[in-house]
Amino acid sequence: MGRKLLLEHDNKPGIQGLEGYRANGGYRSVEKALKLMSPDAVLEEVKKSGLRGRGGAGFPTGLKWSFMAKPPGVPRYLVVNADESEPGTFKDRYLMERIPHILIEGMITSSFALGANTSYIYIRGEYFYIYRILERAIEEARAAGWLGKNILGSGFDHDIHVQVGAGAYICGEETALLESLEGKRGNPRIKPPFPAVKGLYDCPTVVNNVETIAAVVPIINDGGDEYAKIGVGRSTGTKLISAGGNIRKPGVYEIELGITCEEFLNSDKWCGGVEGRALKAVVPGGSSVPIIPAELYFKTAKFEPRLMTYESLSDGGFATGSMLGSGGFYAYNDAQCIVRSTWNHARFYAHESCGQCSPCREGTGWMEKILYRLEHGQGRTDDIDLLWDIQRKIEGNTICPLGDAAAWPVASAIRHFRDEFEYHATHPTKVKDPKHFEKEPFKRIPKFASA
Amino acid sequence: MATLKAVTTTEGTPPFSFSAEALAECKRLIARYPDSKSKSALLPILHLAQSENEGWLSVNAMDAVAQVLGIQHIEVYEVASFYSMYNLRPVGRHHLEVCRTTPCMVRGSDDIIAYLEKKLNIHVGETTKDGMFTLKGVECLGSCGTAPMLQCGAKYHENLTPEKVDALIDQLRNEPRTNYTDL
Amino acid sequence: MAKVTIDNIEIEVPDGTTILQAARMIGERSKADAYVVPPAMCYHSKLKTSGGYCRTCIVKVTKGSEKDPRPMPKPVASCRTNVMDGMVVENTVNPELIDARNGVVEFLLINHPLDCPICDQAGECHLQDLSYENGKEASRYQFERRTFEPIDIGETIKLHMTRCILCYRCVKVAEQITDGRVHGVINRGDVSEISTYITEAIENDFSGNMIDVCPVGALTDRTFRFASRVWFTNPLDAHRNCDKCSGKAVVWMKGAEVLRVTGRKDMWGEVEEFICNSCRFEKKSSSDWTIEGPRKIDRHSVISQGHYTNKLQQKLLTIAAPNDPGIEPFNFNER
Repeated sequence: MGRKLLLEHDNKPGIQGLEGYRANGGYRSVEKALKLMSPDAVLEEVKKSGLRGRGGAGFPTGLKWSFMAKPPGVPRYLVVNADESEPGTFKDRYLMERIPHILIEGMITSSFALGANTSYIYIRGEYFYIYRILERAIEEARAAGWLGKNILGSGFDHDIHVQVGAGAYICGEETALLESLEGKRGNPRIKPPFPAVKGLYDCPTVVNNVETIAAVVPIINDGGDEYAKIGVGRSTGTKLISAGGNIRKPGVYEIELGITCEEFLNSDKWCGGVEGRALKAVVPGGSSVPIIPAELYFKTAKFEPRLMTYESLSDGGFATGSMLGSGGFYAYNDAQCIVRSTWNHARFYAHESCGQCSPCREGTGWMEKILYRLEHGQGRTDDIDLLWDIQRKIEGNTICPLGDAAAWPVASAIRHFRDEFEYHATHPTKVKDPKHFEKEPFKRIPKFASA
Repeated sequence: MATLKAVTTTEGTPPFSFSAEALAECKRLIARYPDSKSKSALLPILHLAQSENEGWLSVNAMDAVAQVLGIQHIEVYEVASFYSMYNLRPVGRHHLEVCRTTPCMVRGSDDIIAYLEKKLNIHVGETTKDGMFTLKGVECLGSCGTAPMLQCGAKYHENLTPEKVDALIDQLRNEPRTNYTDL
Repeated sequence: MAKVTIDNIEIEVPDGTTILQAARMIGERSKADAYVVPPAMCYHSKLKTSGGYCRTCIVKVTKGSEKDPRPMPKPVASCRTNVMDGMVVENTVNPELIDARNGVVEFLLINHPLDCPICDQAGECHLQDLSYENGKEASRYQFERRTFEPIDIGETIKLHMTRCILCYRCVKVAEQITDGRVHGVINRGDVSEISTYITEAIENDFSGNMIDVCPVGALTDRTFRFASRVWFTNPLDAHRNCDKCSGKAVVWMKGAEVLRVTGRKDMWGEVEEFICNSCRFEKKSSSDWTIEGPRKIDRHSVISQGHYTNKLQQKLLTIAAPNDPGIEPFNFNER
């Protein structure tokens, strides 16, 4: 265990530059694909690898690529989603900052498979300094002939441009991203049509996460079958996990999918355990996924050890499970207040709602106000049922998944920590101190305590 | 979510025109997109305009952007008011944007914000009297592993402590305006 | 052609028809079946790319098609989802869906001022109808509502942003039938607003249609402001020769006075043909218009309240015949 495919060379000197990257085996996949393979053969390897979208949804990448419409005479685009803004997630930033060329290499190889002659990286505006890093890397690649006309004499033309955003979480949703890339407000489009048919400038477009495209590099180098050997079941390969919260060693880790959650959190190789105090809860995949109490993070409701895989983390559905999501992992110790954290999440979603559809526009703001009231000692016991009802009416009724993403953290917090919400409604003076659980942690009775 | 009132009039605001370098950069940006799709360059060009207009987008600055791209003025206003990095009212020389989203909160961003409020004697959303600092609470900046943190211009200042904040403030006092587009 | 079943009623419709259109075709075929038609606040049949935002028209697709019978996992916006052959749709028969729609209505109302008693749209407001049919009697929202000062956007149009439900229809009108859009949606999330951003008048020949497409009282006619409640006026189909538009309109009269002019709306409350501003705002004399006859108003509408005795209706119909040059002008004082 412990193979690294993306971050193998992240500490090698000069890896940020083309020379250092080449010295560590960079751009081999482009050589292999363009000289020895057909576009369909590249697609086949990606399908065989079992690679799933690393941005959060986990949709099989090969399948997504195969949906790309190919009307004659119409340009096709690959757009890389570098709008990493899911709270808790910072892996793409790390990857692009350290090894920008792995993304460029993956884009050339992927575009060859997709028949795209132009591709764009849409990077969030806050990462302006990484935008500069990428621009420099693209310049280097262009000067060295990895980009441009007739790359390696293969007849394949390709160019990459970076577009910088300006602060909007919603632009991580692929159709909102395309709108923003077209210079408009980041309002998600109504689907269908899907981007694979009508995407950027109404042309067929594939939108993939940075990590997904980077993973194409080892898949083509070593073959899809080799990649699929890593992992468990349908969770193949390696995954970058952004680890944060109350842990000893926050950072970006590349794990082989299938290690146990216990090992990931407690081993010194990864998070190094919880800082100082007892573990209370975990958000395993970015703020949108359900929060789960400590005992359910380590073991499923069937008392089986939980694994870091798409399937195991969602085992038990929303009743007792969560999701791997984008791999934005953060842990809470017992000084943290779940109501405060839920309010914080709700404020985030209310701030980031685009305002197009009514359940999300009105519902996220409403939830934020109620949660603020509860957390600041002005809540009522009825508020908990009201919150439950509001989140239920947002979920599934919106244009894009932001509605669901706003509803799930509220629903899961009430599901697992209802007693803490009740405490807030009934102990207004105690919760007035923002650090109300620091001296005296809230005593909750775990529902699924293992023997 | 409360937004601070935007300055929606040209009255009392200085005129705006792009510098020669910025115009050249606009040209370079527009060339990245297919013909007739130059509107795609709107977001990066707004960033340029903001940097050349003391860190905020006045109506004059936005109208200049509309002219460069040949689009309706309202198309620019719509976009500029959608994205949180565009300031629609004047800001201080250094815009301190402290991340306050959950992973940062868990690691103490509230304390950093409180410390800055006290140190600068302003509330979140306000600018110091000398026009030196604007303090803002922002949502996740993708720096959860190095929390608490703040962004000033293009730079991330991570793993903040009160001592680090003190040093940063002292250092910034002697520095020219920070912008996102700084190299 | 595709066969689709909505609330157990079958209809065959051309390919490319949306679920909402198919439901409306059922309603047009037989008025008794019109209850299956989902309410729509943001969709407008004459405006391209409208719809999908308000979510009031959501329906449950329990069978995707003959070929792929899987149900759709979430409710879909019927105005933006095309029918497939063999599709089965549930609207009023699905209590869960009705619950979800009631939720949408509650969301639309939490920031709405409910100032119907002083709103010119009252009586012909889609949000009033919607909340009457799907709303709760009391609000669970206990916070300060979002407020804005009403503003004049030009000589003829008043914007009450407090009442707006952000349906985007007026933006689409400005984009699709006028040249040079000067207003749009600014900001985002629950502080989004319809605005010109800078102080600016919306001045073009067709801007008045924004009033007609507005489903609520956010955009109202300044020339009609507080002149009368709509149910005290008498709507008549009328036309005039106009070089800018078809000149086919509805004049809303009180006695012999033309209080306002609007476009003609179909049975779903959507404008059939857009009219120009001179017809709408300048032709306020009965002599400007050739009266065709009384506007057909739904019997349940408050506008038909106490207006049309059968006798009067008969009389109007015999007097007024469209496009008849020999017609005698209608005597307005006779009522």
